[in-house]
Amino acid sequence: MADKDESSNYIVPAADSKSKALLLRYPISLPDFGSGGKTNQWRLQMPVIDQDKCIKCIICWADCPEATIHRKSDDSVEINYDYCKGCGICANECPTKAIRMVDE
Amino acid sequence: MQTKVITGSRSVATAVMLAKPEVIAAYPVTPQTEIVEDIATFIEEKRLGSRFIKVDSEHSAMGACIGASSAGARTFTATSSQGLLYMDEVVHWAAHARLPIVMAVATRALAAPWSILNEHTDFMTQLTSGWIQIMAENNQDALDSMLQAYKIGEDPRVTLPVMVGLDGFILTHTSMPVEIPEQADIDSFLGERKPEFEIDVERPFTFGNVIDERYYIDMRHKMFESMQAAKEVIGSVSNEYKRLAGREYSMLECYNCDDAEHIIVSIGASSGDAREASDRLRKEGVKAGAVRIRVIRPFPSEEIAKALGGAETVTVVERSLSVGGGNILAHEIRSALYSAHGPEEAPFVKGFITGLGGKDITPNDYINMVGITRERPTGDEWFGLTGG
Amino acid sequence: MESPERGQLGTSGSASQADEHMIIKDIPKEEKWLPGNAACPGCGLSLGLRLMAKAIEHPVVVMPASCGSVVQGGWPKSSASFPLLNIAMAAAGSAASGVSEALEALGKKGTVVAWAGDGGTADIGLQALSGAAERGENIIFVMYDNEAYMNTGIQRSSSTPHGAWTTTTPEGKREFKKEVAHIMMAHNLEYMATASVAFPTDFIEKLRKAEAHKGTKFIQLFSPCPPGWRIDYSKSIEVGKLAVQAGVWILYEYENGKVSISPISRPYLDAKKRRPLKDYLSLQGRFANVDEREATEIEKSVVEKWRFLSRFM
Repeated sequence: MADKDESSNYIVPAADSKSKALLLRYPISLPDFGSGGKTNQWRLQMPVIDQDKCIKCIICWADCPEATIHRKSDDSVEINYDYCKGCGICANECPTKAIRMVDE
Repeated sequence: MQTKVITGSRSVATAVMLAKPEVIAAYPVTPQTEIVEDIATFIEEKRLGSRFIKVDSEHSAMGACIGASSAGARTFTATSSQGLLYMDEVVHWAAHARLPIVMAVATRALAAPWSILNEHTDFMTQLTSGWIQIMAENNQDALDSMLQAYKIGEDPRVTLPVMVGLDGFILTHTSMPVEIPEQADIDSFLGERKPEFEIDVERPFTFGNVIDERYYIDMRHKMFESMQAAKEVIGSVSNEYKRLAGREYSMLECYNCDDAEHIIVSIGASSGDAREASDRLRKEGVKAGAVRIRVIRPFPSEEIAKALGGAETVTVVERSLSVGGGNILAHEIRSALYSAHGPEEAPFVKGFITGLGGKDITPNDYINMVGITRERPTGDEWFGLTGG
Repeated sequence: MESPERGQLGTSGSASQADEHMIIKDIPKEEKWLPGNAACPGCGLSLGLRLMAKAIEHPVVVMPASCGSVVQGGWPKSSASFPLLNIAMAAAGSAASGVSEALEALGKKGTVVAWAGDGGTADIGLQALSGAAERGENIIFVMYDNEAYMNTGIQRSSSTPHGAWTTTTPEGKREFKKEVAHIMMAHNLEYMATASVAFPTDFIEKLRKAEAHKGTKFIQLFSPCPPGWRIDYSKSIEVGKLAVQAGVWILYEYENGKVSISPISRPYLDAKKRRPLKDYLSLQGRFANVDEREATEIEKSVVEKWRFLSRFM
C-alpha cells in the first residue's frame, strides 16, 4: 500500500456537494481514483521492490504510466498496489534489477 | 429606440452586437454570408468587442463555440443548409453538453442539385438535436428572437443552445423597418452569462467523458426536462422583453382563430401571406384563421391543441420534407391534436409540401390549399409541382 | 548496453548534458493524472498524459475521440485532476481554439493543450488543426502517435508505418507513414518538436518550451501501444528507446525555421551509430510479416527522413 500519510503526491481537490448534485445534468465528472475501477484486479504479476538493491534513481517512478509508484521525499519508492496493473515496465527498466515481477 | 430599414442579416448582426458575445466563430455560406460580413465590420469599427475566430469550416465553427462556451464565454455562430449539415455532429454535441450557444440559420435548400434558395428542411433536420428552435417571421422578429435566445438558453432551468431560423434571401437579403433596442436596456436584460460549470483550473472538471448504460438515459431525460422547462422560460423572457421593447412574442401566434373553422398553419416569412389569405377567405364567407408556429422546439403541443382544437380542418403548409415520411410539421400537429382531443374530436389535419427550393407561396396559394383541404381533408399532398 | 540517453535520465552520461538539461530528479512529484484509470497496462498515452500534467502547471486539455476518451475513465469519475473537455473526433483544433480565445477574453488562467491521437491529428482532425495553426491560436497541440486507430481496435491510420500489421492491413501496411510534423513545419509555427514517452525529461522540457512560445505549438509524441504493436506490456519504454536508437523516431525541435536534433537523437545523425533496424522491428509482433525486401524499404525511408531534416539544420 502507498503510504498515504507520508504526503501523498496525488492532487485531488475535494468536490463540493453542489457539483455532485448536478453531475448528470451537464454532464461532468470529478477527479478521483479508480475511474476505471479497481485496476489491481487486472494484475497477473505484481512488482516487488528489493529496497536493498534500490539506488533511488526513480526511473521506475518516471516511467510508470499509472502514477502507481510513490516517490517519497528521500527518492525511495513504493508501489500503490490498490491500482497497479502489473504492466512490468518498472521491472523492465530498473537498472539494478531491484524490482521483480512475482505471480499474484 | 431607433428604427432602421435593414436586412435580416443586419438584424441578426445587430442583435449580436447588442448581446456582446465574447467569442464568435463562423464560416461563410450563402445566404448567411452577410451576417458574417456585418459582424466582421462591426468588430473592425470597434462597435463590437468580440473575438471572431475565422474558422476553416462549419464543423470548426461549432467546435470553437463549444470550446469557448465550455470556458464560460457567450458565443455566436451562423450557418445555412450544407453548412448546418456539415456541422451536424457538433450541433448535437453542443446540446448534450448543455451549452447555451446561439446560432442563426439562414434557411436554404439542400443539394444535390445546387440550390441556394429558401427551404426549411435544413432547419428541420435538427429537430432531434436538443436545440431550442425559433423561426422568425420578419427582420424585427429575427432581432428580437436573437436577443431572447441568449436569455432563454442561459437560464439555469434551461442551459440549452438556441437556433434562430430566418428565411434565406426572403429575410436575409430584404430590407424592412426594424426597431433597435437601446444597448443599456439589453445590458440589463441579458446581464452576464453565469454558468454553473465552466473550464476553471481551480475546479478541474472533466466534461463529457464516457457514461455507462445505467445512467446515459437519465442524462437524456434531464435534457428532455430542461427542454420542457424552456416553455415557461420562453414565456417569462417574452414578458420581460415586452417591457423593454413593447413587442410581445409567444410560441405560436393566432390570427382570426377564435371562431375559425378552417385554420392555416404556417412557419417563417410566408406567414403574413397566410394571414392575408384568411382575411380574404373571411370576405368570401369562409371562417378562416391563421396560426404561425414560432417556436418548434420545444414543440408547443398544448398551445396547438388549444388554438386548433375547435376547428374543422387544419391546413399545414411547410417548406420542408421528410422523404418517405412527408410533412414534418403536420405530423407533429396531428399528434398534438390527437393526444389532446382523441380521434373523434380532433380536427382533420392536412399537410402540404410546397415552397421547396425557393418556390413562392402566395396568398392565393394558401386560399387554394384551404380549398383542397375542405374538399379532401385526409392525406397529405404536394402543392406547386410543375408536372415536369 | 548503456546508451547516451541514460544521461537524460540522470543516472549516467556526461556532466555537461546533465547541466544543460533537466534530469529525472527535476520532474515534479505532483500527480495530476490519477491511478486506477482505464488505460491498458503499459499504455504510452497514459504515461504521456501523466508527464504533460507534470510539465504544465495549469493545463486545460481538449481531447477528441481517441483512446484518451476511454483512458480517462467513466462518469462520474475522471482520472484527470485538471480541466478536460471531451470533443468530437474532428474538433480538437477548433474546440481548443475556442477554449483558448475564451480564456483570454475572460482573463482566465490556463494553458490549452489539445491532446489528440494520430487519427484525430493526421486524418480526421487535420483540417481543424491546420486552421488553428494558420490562425496562430494559442494552444499546444500534442499528437500522441501510437500509429493506428487503437481505440476502435487497431485499424490503420495515415500514421501507421510501412509493413505494420493492423486489423485493416492484415498483410502489413503497403503505404508509408504520413509525416504530419513536416506538414506542420509548413504552417510557420514558432515551435514544433517531436518527443517520446520513453524520454520523460526531454518531453517535459519540450512542453515547457512550447508553453513559452506564442501561437500554435505542435508536439508529435511517440506513444507505444502494447496491444496494438503486439509487444509485452513491460516493453513500452524499451521499444520507445529502440525506435530512437535505430533512428526510426528522430527527436528534434523546429524553431524559427531551423531544425535542431535533440541531444538524445544527436548520436544517430551518424548512421553507423544507429542500432540495427531489425532490433526495433523484431521486438514487435506487428512487423512479423516484414520480409528482407520490405525491411530494406523501411530502412530507405529512415535514411530519407534524416536527409529531409538535414535540409533545415
